[in-house]
Amino acid sequence: MPLLHVTDMSHNFGGLQAVSNYNLSLDPGQITGLIGPNGAGKTTIFNLITGIYRPTKGSVTFDGEEIVGQKPNQTSAMGLARTFQEMKLWRHMTVMEHIKMARYSKFTYGLLGAFLDTPNRRRQESDATDLAMEYLKMFAVDQFADQLVVNLPYGAQRRVEMARAMVIEPKVLLLDEPTVGMTPDEMMAMIDVVRQAHERFNLAIFLIEHRLRVVQELCQHVQALVFGKVLVEGSPDEVQNHPKVIEAYIGEQEVSF
Amino acid sequence: MDETLAPKKAGGVFSRADQLFKPVPLLGYLFGFFACVIWEQFIGDGLASVLGLPKMPVLFGLVTIFKVLAGIVSLLIKGNAFDWTTLVHIPAAVAYFFVVYLAPLTLVARATANLANGIARALQKFPLIVSALIQLGLMYSILHIWAEMSDYRLITLKLTLVAVLFTLSLNIINGYMGEFSCSHPGFMAIGAYMSSLFTVGLFANDKVLGEAVFTFSGAYLTFPLALLFGGLMASLGALIIAIPSFKTRGDYLAIISLAFLFIVKSFFENMQALGGSRGIAGQPDWSTLPVIFITVAFGVWMINNFVTSTMGKALNAVRDDETAAEAMTVNTRKTKMTAFMFGAFWAGVAGGLLAHVLRYVNPAMFSIQKLAEVLAMVYFGGLNSVYGSIVGAVSISLLGEALRPLEILKWIVIPLLLILVMIYRPTGLIAFKEFDTRQVFGPKEMD
Repeated sequence: MPLLHVTDMSHNFGGLQAVSNYNLSLDPGQITGLIGPNGAGKTTIFNLITGIYRPTKGSVTFDGEEIVGQKPNQTSAMGLARTFQEMKLWRHMTVMEHIKMARYSKFTYGLLGAFLDTPNRRRQESDATDLAMEYLKMFAVDQFADQLVVNLPYGAQRRVEMARAMVIEPKVLLLDEPTVGMTPDEMMAMIDVVRQAHERFNLAIFLIEHRLRVVQELCQHVQALVFGKVLVEGSPDEVQNHPKVIEAYIGEQEVSF
Repeated sequence: MDETLAPKKAGGVFSRADQLFKPVPLLGYLFGFFACVIWEQFIGDGLASVLGLPKMPVLFGLVTIFKVLAGIVSLLIKGNAFDWTTLVHIPAAVAYFFVVYLAPLTLVARATANLANGIARALQKFPLIVSALIQLGLMYSILHIWAEMSDYRLITLKLTLVAVLFTLSLNIINGYMGEFSCSHPGFMAIGAYMSSLFTVGLFANDKVLGEAVFTFSGAYLTFPLALLFGGLMASLGALIIAIPSFKTRGDYLAIISLAFLFIVKSFFENMQALGGSRGIAGQPDWSTLPVIFITVAFGVWMINNFVTSTMGKALNAVRDDETAAEAMTVNTRKTKMTAFMFGAFWAGVAGGLLAHVLRYVNPAMFSIQKLAEVLAMVYFGGLNSVYGSIVGAVSISLLGEALRPLEILKWIVIPLLLILVMIYRPTGLIAFKEFDTRQVFGPKEMD
């Protein structure tokens, strides 16, 4: 039984068929990559799985449970965490506050605790702080704990975002272009971060990436998406050298000439 | 800490004053102010007559100064006669302020800094509540002694405290949550009317609301219930706005809440059973200074608890990036609804207090002007900050009183000031600063 199972999922924005008959099956501990040219619908697939959009048709099951129609806060609380291509960090919040925020669904002190500062709330908040500190150390950003996240260097911001997703204790992690805009050194460091998280938590990862190097390093299985359809899937080498994939990428370049 | 930074250039007066007051904890300032108000008791009247002032200045000499300025303005605009001898009042008021407030405050606060730090440090061994109660008690007695000197001071102080609570409750929505709500005077109106309905309807003989239902001597003990009732009805009103506005994102809340404000106002205007446009009068005199002080302190404490919890910080996450907040397990809809209703609750409580300070309530009090005033307090003081709301509410209230002699010009000066703040500090004077009660009531540790 796969952990994340998508069958025949389609979505259209008005008349535009953004995703058609998409299938995915992700087992525990597996890393699958999703590649494709710009506008192929990769991020849309993430948004459909996590519940930001509701698919026009098809089903998504997570851990054996149908999750179509669930809100993003529900799917994430179930253990389906994600990151964003543009990071989406909260500009007025500190690094520590970012990590604690992702524990939102685990707090049980309720309104009474929020309004009255009960001992129960104090205990839960300080436990969360301790846990958050562990995660900050794990991703080597603990020295920034009390700083506003906008003041951090880019690579550190990326790691904060990873830590924020990981503190949810997800079973599946969806990574949307984690190395975009990075130098080759930063990229290699990020690959290590992802690999360590994967090994440590036996995490299933579904990864959108433009850079084939990253896909080759991390993934056992790759899908190539063009115009909302999976063109080819298989091992990284197979997909990368497939004539249709090359055509899709090169074809895109020809247009721009 | 052995962080020995080289002292900054002690050039300006402000940086020197900053250095001077750096080691003074809150308790030290309280000692200073306490000395001031006691000192004024003894020498206030005498000093005023020596300085040639007609009577003791009520608001730190501000009103005295602006009264003279208003005379000059009216000479220039309308050609009214101006008594040039009153010009002397300006330096006299400044001298009064210096002798009665500034000098004793500086001396006592600075001289007792070590002692105050020692006491604050000793109090840290007890739970925070002990230290907080002692310092709040001292603060209350200062305000009490100060306000006892004149009725004008008392009412100004009461209205200022109510304004602090009202401003802070709006800051939850406009600052912490980052939505723009215009309905706050409407919530205040609901709170004012509903608590008046409770007190006047049940415990007072009134032409509109009929004979008293109950008459017993301890009736004032039910006042918290009246405030609670007013607050809860206001948050019920908030629920009506929240359901349609928080389904989608955008400017909907601003528009819907503005409409709500007008609906509430015309509802009370046309509701003859609640006195129509003349409103309800004859509220019992239950909004005494201690009641207001305790309610406002409790309200500030509770709001601060909320915004410093992770539940409350979720508001900031929603404001800065709602999609990310939702993806990080935050129930954004519940967060927004809770905050909106919580803010409305405290606006309702502030309304209940206001109605019983003024001892009347009518729909005209809750117009667009009230909205402008509270927005000015929130944005002047600073968004997303408890300090900011306190500073904003106190300074705009005092300024409003001080500029009262200028009459209509007041509404040119205050907006002008607001524009200047918006240009130089777009988020307000003290924005995005966390109010840490432990730090506020604790000693000032020097580096």
